[in-house]
This record gives sequence, C-alpha cells and structure tokens, in this order.
Amino acid sequence: MLTALDNELLEKIADLHNIPIGAYNIRKNGEGVSRNTTANIDIITKKDQPGIDVRIKPGTKGESVHVPVIMSASGLTDVVYNTFEVGAGSEVLIVAGCGIHNPGDQNSQHDGIHHFFVREGSRMKYVEKHYGEGKGKGERILNPKTIIEVEADGIVELEMVQIKGVDHAERVTEIHLQKNARLIITERLLTYLSQEAESKIIVELDGEDSTAQVISRSVAQDHSKQKFYFNLVGKNKCRGHVQCDSIIMHQAKVFSIPEISALHQEAQLVHEAAIGKIASDQLIKLMSLGLSEKEAEDTVLKGFLK
Amino acid sequence: MLEIKNVSLDVGNNGHNIKILKDLNFTFKEKKLYVITGPNGGGKSSLAKIIMGIYKPADGRIILDGLDITNFDITQRANLGIRYAFQQPPRFKGIKVRKLLTIAAGDAAEKTDLCGLLQDVGLCSQDYLDREVDGSLSGGELKRIEMATVMARRVKIAVFDEPEAGIDLWSFQKLGETFKNLHEKYDTTIIIISHQERILSLADEVMVLADGRIKEVTSKERIMAEIAAGAGDCRCGQDCGKGVGRNVDCIG
Ligand SMILES: Nc1ncnc2c1ncn2[C@@H]1O[C@H](COP(=O)(O)OP(=O)(O)OP(=O)(O)O)[C@@H](O)[C@H]1O
Ligand SMILES: [Mg+2]
Repeated sequence: MLTALDNELLEKIADLHNIPIGAYNIRKNGEGVSRNTTANIDIITKKDQPGIDVRIKPGTKGESVHVPVIMSASGLTDVVYNTFEVGAGSEVLIVAGCGIHNPGDQNSQHDGIHHFFVREGSRMKYVEKHYGEGKGKGERILNPKTIIEVEADGIVELEMVQIKGVDHAERVTEIHLQKNARLIITERLLTYLSQEAESKIIVELDGEDSTAQVISRSVAQDHSKQKFYFNLVGKNKCRGHVQCDSIIMHQAKVFSIPEISALHQEAQLVHEAAIGKIASDQLIKLMSLGLSEKEAEDTVLKGFLK
Repeated sequence: MLEIKNVSLDVGNNGHNIKILKDLNFTFKEKKLYVITGPNGGGKSSLAKIIMGIYKPADGRIILDGLDITNFDITQRANLGIRYAFQQPPRFKGIKVRKLLTIAAGDAAEKTDLCGLLQDVGLCSQDYLDREVDGSLSGGELKRIEMATVMARRVKIAVFDEPEAGIDLWSFQKLGETFKNLHEKYDTTIIIISHQERILSLADEVMVLADGRIKEVTSKERIMAEIAAGAGDCRCGQDCGKGVGRNVDCIG
C-alpha cells in the first residue's frame, strides 16, 4: 500500500522510517490506508464527515499516536476533521503532519482541522510538520487549523515546523487554557522562492494561574512572504510571553502583528518581536574560523531554526 | 612572520573619510608575544581587523611568511592560520558551545579535546559544552568561549582583543598561564590587545598605538623596570593620571 515515495514523505513529516510503533492512522490521497490501535488508544472513523476520532484512555502514559497525511497526486483537495480526546492524567506524544508530493501542474491542497481535548492533569506533546515536494507547476497548499482545550493542570507542548516545500500555508491555532494549565508553543518556519505563509496564534488564558509561552522563529528568503499574528488574551490571573524573531533575506517580506489583551488586573503579558537580517558580526566570526560566507550563513540559519 | 607595510585605513563617516590608521609599519615575528596597548579609540581593534581581513586597508600591504595576503578575504586568512578573538563577540541563537568549538577546530575537530580547551579558559566543560552561545551566557563566559575558539587549533597568528575584559580578578593568573602555554605548545605568534599591567608583563614587546599611529615600541624589561621604579606614569599614550592598567592592583 505504501510506496518508497510515501515512506520518504512519512520520514520527512513524522521521522518515521517505517510503520510506526503504537497507535497510528496513515491517510493517503484522501483515504485512510492503514491503522493500528492499542489497548489504551482507539481510533474510530467519523461517520458524519471525513476524519477520525482518537480516544486516549485516562492514565495512558508513555504512548504515542501518529496521524500523518500524505498526498502524492496532483489536483486533489482533501479536508479532514480529526478529534483527539486525551483522557485525564495521561502523558502522550501525538505526531501529525502533512507531506505533499505534487507531481503535476494542478494544485494539491490539504486542510486539516484538529480539535484536541486535553483533560485534567494530562500532558500532551503535539508535533506538526509540513513538507512539500514535486517538480510540477501545481502548488502545494496546506491550511491547518488546530484548536486545543486544555483543562485544569494540563500541560501542552506544541511544536510546529514548516521548512520549505509548501507554497501556500495558512495556519490557525487557537488554544484555551483553564486553571493552572501550561502551554509552550515553538514554531519554526522557513519560506523561499515565492512561497507565502501565514500563522495566526490565539491563546486565551481563561483559568487562574495559567501560563503560555510562544517562541516563534522564522527565516524568509527570496521573494517569499510571511505574516504572523499573535494574540494572548489574559482573562484571569495569568502569565503569557510571546517571542517572535524573524530573519529576513533577499527580497522577502515579513509582517508581524502582535496583540496582547489583558482583561484582568493580574494578567501579565509580554510580547517581543524582532525582524532583521543576519547579523554581520555572526558571519564574520564564523568566517574567521574558516567557514566560507555561504557556510557561515547556513550555520547561523540552521542554529536559529533548531 | 607577519609584516604590516605602510598600512592606512580610512572609514567613511557621513560622506567624510576619516583616517583610523596612518601609515603603520611593523613586523610581528615568529614565536613572540606582543601586547598592543593605548587609549580608547587609538586604532587597536582596527589593526586587528586589518590583520584578520575584516577591514581592507586603503594603502599598504600585509605579508604573511612572504605571501602577500592584502587581498585575501577573511576565510582565506583563517585557513592560512590567522585567528582573531573579538573584543565584543557575537552571540548565536541555537548554536551550542560544542558546535562553535568544533567549527573552530576545523579539520582537527576529532582529535581536539574540547573539555581541555574550556578548562584552559577557566570554564568547567561539563557545564558549558551543551549551552547555547546565546544571550544566556554572561559577558565573561562569552569572552572565555571566544578565546577558546581561537585556541581550538594550531595557528600562526592569534590576536586577542582585550581578553581580560569581563574576566574576574581571580581568573587572571590562570589566563596568563594559558597564554604562555599556547605560546609554548604551538609556537604561535600571539598579539594581545590589552590595558592590563599583568598582561603587559607577559609581552616580549609592547606596542603603544595612539591616534592611529605607533607611538612607541618597548620591551617588557623596560616596561617592568618602569613599573618596578614605581613610575606610576601613564603608558597608555594619554595623560590619564595613572589610571589605566593599574585597576587590578587598586582593587585587588
Ligand atoms: N567602522 C567604523 N566606522 C566609523 N568609525 C570607526 C569604525 N571602526 C573604527 N572606527 C573609529 O576608529 C577609531 C579607532 O577604533 P578602534 O576600535 O580601532 O579603537 P581601539 O583602539 O580598539 O579602542 P578601545 O580601546 O576603545 O577598544 C575610533 O575612533 C572609532 O570610532
Ligand atoms: Mg578595541
């Protein structure tokens, strides 16, 4: 069912070299192609719309769920709704991601809508990687939407990575934090050629003592365009910090629109944003250690996006 | 041997060219340790940058072991064995000390003892190898790591720009030993830009650079004799009282 090309896409988006261990659901060109469930993790196909329900039993620890999507045909639009129920007191890793190989001249598009319920005291790490390739003129388009409800004492770590390959991406991330819930988002983005990427992250700190930290780093090269919109909404005694850093190169454009909204006297919110080119003293330093200018540039960018 | 021949440096400033270095002539000989001192703005770092290829001279030639390297870029000079520890080292997000030192060691990376290298600059390797060279390092830690990048491989010419800045007094002794070891181990020509008396005392020769010119070149013996004679006078090239270079003794 899975070809060598499929395996390569899987490796790029999910660090999977083969069929994953634990629960998984692999979706290819708009259809589920293989699935595995475990004693604690069930995956059920939705009846009313395309997508799956992933149910993780309370107290499940040290297990993982992989839900990669691969597209290897041109001219396909795939919309999928996935719902994740992470039972109370669990500790799980969920890896999603979309790899598109668009061989033709028509656009390939995947819109994944992911809804998470992270129940009381659970800990979830969610990794989402985007990858595109293919030599045709057809664009590779990804529009993911992620909604996460984090109940009291829950901890969510969210890692979003998109390095090259995707021509057009509009990402919306919406998170609600209840009492004492903790959120850490790391976002890494690199666009080149004439790619466009937009990322909108809204975090509502509803519960007392909830905390959120967003670290976004991006590199924009060639004629690409990036747009960021962040909003931390403090509705209770809470702490939030957004740090977004972009390196701009060539003729690229980067727009960063910060917003922090305090609706409570004890909301403590900070937003830091910086856009600039690679610092010349960094390049000079690395060149003075024997690297060429190109190697120095790659070293700085690689570190920055790590 | 590094020869500086009739070197001048201009920098543009609002359409105005100002002369930073004026017709410098000097030969840094093999296996010697030089200290360059002089007032702030005298041109010390500019000379170091000319040596590393960061600044291009308006006039003059730079000759390394008979090879004219005036038009060589930074990378070429690095590969010929010239190294420069910045006065203000840059910080790198996401790059670990280990990675930076590995780059610095180049071909010799596999054989290089990174831990020993950090110990030489007074840092505990276990605590530092996996730290990022970013804003989380203190000023003194960053300076020490900067020094380690220059010591990571055998080089012909090593220039250290105010290595003592931000280094606590306690580590000072150790630093002197490190320079001596480097010198003896690798036969490196060492050029240290410094305002510090204890570093001056390591020198075979001391160059005083003021207002873009070499004001004086003296021997360590003479400098030490002056110090011993209690000549508290200023060697920094400016009438500064006796401030510069004596801070350690005052504080210590
Ligand atoms: N790129 C530049 N543009 C303009 N002026 C410069 C530039 N580089 C150096 N200068 C000027 O040249 C002079 C010499 O600077 P340099 O950094 O070499 O001094 P220094 O002797 O190292 O001083 P310090 O002891 O303060 O480090 C200073 O007046 C400085 O402002
Ligand atoms: Mg200087």
